[in-house]
Amino acid sequence: MSSTDDTFQPASFAFTAESLAKAKATIAKYPAGRQKSAVMPLLDIAQRQEGWVSMAAMNVVAEMLDMAPIRVYEVATFYTMFNLKPVGKYHLQVCTNLPCMLRGSEEIVAACKTELGVGLGETTADGLFTLSEVECLGACVNAPVIWIGDDYYEDLDLQSTKTIIQALKRGETPKAGSQTGRQGSAPAGGPTTLTTVGGDA
Amino acid sequence: MPKLTIDGREVEVEAGTTILQAAEILGIEIPRFCYHERLAIAGNCRMCLVDVEKSPKPVASCAMPVGEGMVVRTDTPQVQKARKGVLEFLLINHPLDCPICDQGGECDLQDEVMAYGFDRGRYAENKRAVKDKEWGPLVKTTMTRCIHCTRCIRFITEVAGVPELGATGRGEHMEVGTYVEKALSSELSGNIIDLCPVGALTSKPYAFTARPWELKKTESIDVFDAVGSNIRVDARANQVMRILPRVNDDVNEEWLGDKSRFACDGLVRQRLDRPYLRTGGKLQPVTWSEAMAAVAAKLKGLSGAKLAAIAGDMADAEAMIALKDLFTALGSPNLDCRQDGAKLGAQPRASYLFNSTIAGIETADALLLIGTNPRREAPVLNARIRKRWQRNGMPIAAVGPKAELTYKVEDLGESAAVLSAIADGSHPFAATLKAAKRPMLILGQGALARVDGDILLGLARKIADATGMVSAEWNGFNVLHTAAARVGGLDLGFLPGTGGRDLEGILAGAEKGEIEVVYLLGADEIDTSRLGKAFVIYQGHHGDAGAHRADVVLPGAAFTEKDGTYVNTEGRVQRTQRAIFPPGEAKDDWKILRALSETLGHGLPYDDLAALRARLAQANPVFGQLDTVQPASWASFGADGVPSAEPLTTPIDNYYMTDPISRASKTMAECTATFVGCAHKRTGTHG
Repeated sequence: MSSTDDTFQPASFAFTAESLAKAKATIAKYPAGRQKSAVMPLLDIAQRQEGWVSMAAMNVVAEMLDMAPIRVYEVATFYTMFNLKPVGKYHLQVCTNLPCMLRGSEEIVAACKTELGVGLGETTADGLFTLSEVECLGACVNAPVIWIGDDYYEDLDLQSTKTIIQALKRGETPKAGSQTGRQGSAPAGGPTTLTTVGGDA
Repeated sequence: MPKLTIDGREVEVEAGTTILQAAEILGIEIPRFCYHERLAIAGNCRMCLVDVEKSPKPVASCAMPVGEGMVVRTDTPQVQKARKGVLEFLLINHPLDCPICDQGGECDLQDEVMAYGFDRGRYAENKRAVKDKEWGPLVKTTMTRCIHCTRCIRFITEVAGVPELGATGRGEHMEVGTYVEKALSSELSGNIIDLCPVGALTSKPYAFTARPWELKKTESIDVFDAVGSNIRVDARANQVMRILPRVNDDVNEEWLGDKSRFACDGLVRQRLDRPYLRTGGKLQPVTWSEAMAAVAAKLKGLSGAKLAAIAGDMADAEAMIALKDLFTALGSPNLDCRQDGAKLGAQPRASYLFNSTIAGIETADALLLIGTNPRREAPVLNARIRKRWQRNGMPIAAVGPKAELTYKVEDLGESAAVLSAIADGSHPFAATLKAAKRPMLILGQGALARVDGDILLGLARKIADATGMVSAEWNGFNVLHTAAARVGGLDLGFLPGTGGRDLEGILAGAEKGEIEVVYLLGADEIDTSRLGKAFVIYQGHHGDAGAHRADVVLPGAAFTEKDGTYVNTEGRVQRTQRAIFPPGEAKDDWKILRALSETLGHGLPYDDLAALRARLAQANPVFGQLDTVQPASWASFGADGVPSAEPLTTPIDNYYMTDPISRASKTMAECTATFVGCAHKRTGTHG
């Protein structure tokens, strides 16, 4: 990780009034003198505001928490969920770990590529979509999975992936969760146990 | 205290001791990379695995505190196997470039591979490649060699107190660095070279110049500041290749300032390697006898009152006593060793020493800095203050220049008027000092080298008395010197005799023509333009300000080239040892003076070093006791009066260039350009 190519880095960063209020509320959760514990929530608030975490944002967080800037860089670079480069409005994070792969994630990645016209780690020209490959999202029971924004889109196949992307392109918010309609991670063919509800058994 | 058994031997250690430390007490060596006794425990290299009974897996001994009845084995096949495994993992990505690596021959990894390594690798994959970092002119990085022990990160964060290094990224992509490219701004950055167990961090100026087994190692003392850090001078043929710190827990622990470590390249530049005599306005090379004869001809018939001598900041005690004895014989009382005009001297020894001792800082519980920036004046001592402050904080306040120190300091302003308020108890910090059990103050040369220096000295003494800094077992009054020679000179009384002139008097006298001959013993920090028409004899090792003005140049030896005695700011008498010979026709300083005394017909009564040192001990008994600090008795000193309103400053603007050697050093010139030139417009993180 190095920041030698930093042409995309903004000169400055400032929390909006709303973010700042959230940040202050977060810092207040920790005992006095332990404000550094708020570094990850604050980076998250900054990312939610800008879509990614810039150097300027990390420096602002460092100053707010009275930390050495390098300590913030360490945290931000350790967690892959902090985007250190600008990403599109929709950040499609496709899991390609083993369970997802066994359930066809390669097909999902291919669908995303053709539908968006970009490769992994790239952003579409209109700045709307960024496609990334990620490690296990912890939703293996509903593999394959794409993570967009705060939602998981599960039980995907070629068609449902395309549908989701097209919906996003139209500015709609597709329904999150399982795309096959099952409840949570219930068996694919419907529940096989606890089929009755209530105390009548 | 828990008792445990290591390799069948029982040992009782304090609770909280780690297995590794307990093993060390028994003399059992456990290999390690990340563990370092002066840094926080990280426990990330896994090399120190040992077997602990009832533990299912090997245990990292550096991070495991001992327990009662623990049975530890460091020599089982499982331990061997675990260590071999760890080492093999480290070598997956560590390049096998020892033949072109500067660490070769003094590399921990190399040594451990000899003990635990396989004779071939089992990995055919490409090794990880990491871009090298640019950390400034002192530390060279080869980051592919990094094994992520994080010693450098911990040192820079904990000891140096300049948190600039960190580990960014994770897993295989983890990199040690500054993230935003910048030079390390610590004055102690060279120590990470010693700490690095592999060749990831090596010395940039020393790069590819020598192998450790070619070097002759000489234990010596550093003279670039008044701390008297213990050093090892590594020389090859007749050149100092590098300087490393030695362990002395009372002085420098095992750290060394960057100037002391890296200015050694100045020892080969600008050297005076033969005598010179000014004829027709130009310095012409002459022989020793011609130079001596010229001095003798000039001095002949001159009364002592027309002679004066000034000793420089790097002069050894031997040369100073010889010069003093010679001038006494010539009847001159005009001597001064205080090039900066500090108002110290004709007072009790406690008035010019760092009485608390450097190690004593760790027991202090409140500190007042007066006219000093310890970070620039004595970085190693500054690290000690930080160490104390970091343990559980202590109130520190500063009267004097605003400085970027490595601990939290309450700024009391730059005016000396605050001192009067603290002395009479009306300032709130006086109460803090009074409440402390072991309060201390550090008085810098920035306060003493002023016209009202003796008033400030008196004020500091009053503060010490008023706030209970001095008791039977504690003396919190401390003077921080910047010159290695100063305390030695004061101890020898290299000061104006009865009716003699001090520095100001000598310069004023020279301007008016009342002083006709000035003898400069390595004195370059004076205003040479004020020497008027005086005949200037310069004895020293570098062609600096003094030699530039001189009429006769007598080439002397630098601190690496002589057996010299120096007294550090605590009053600790230590000796340098000759590592190499002086260049060309240059000679030991005391021998030059001994020879000159013969030429002048006042032969000094010592012919060898032993006799000279006996004379030193006779002049002041402290010179008879090496490496110890004698508590100095407390008495009244300093002058009464109202200090001037002029703000207090620090005598050192540029840490990297303070003396003839560092001014001649290319490395120090690069540091000056990097750190001092742009001190106020740092990029990146400082916004």
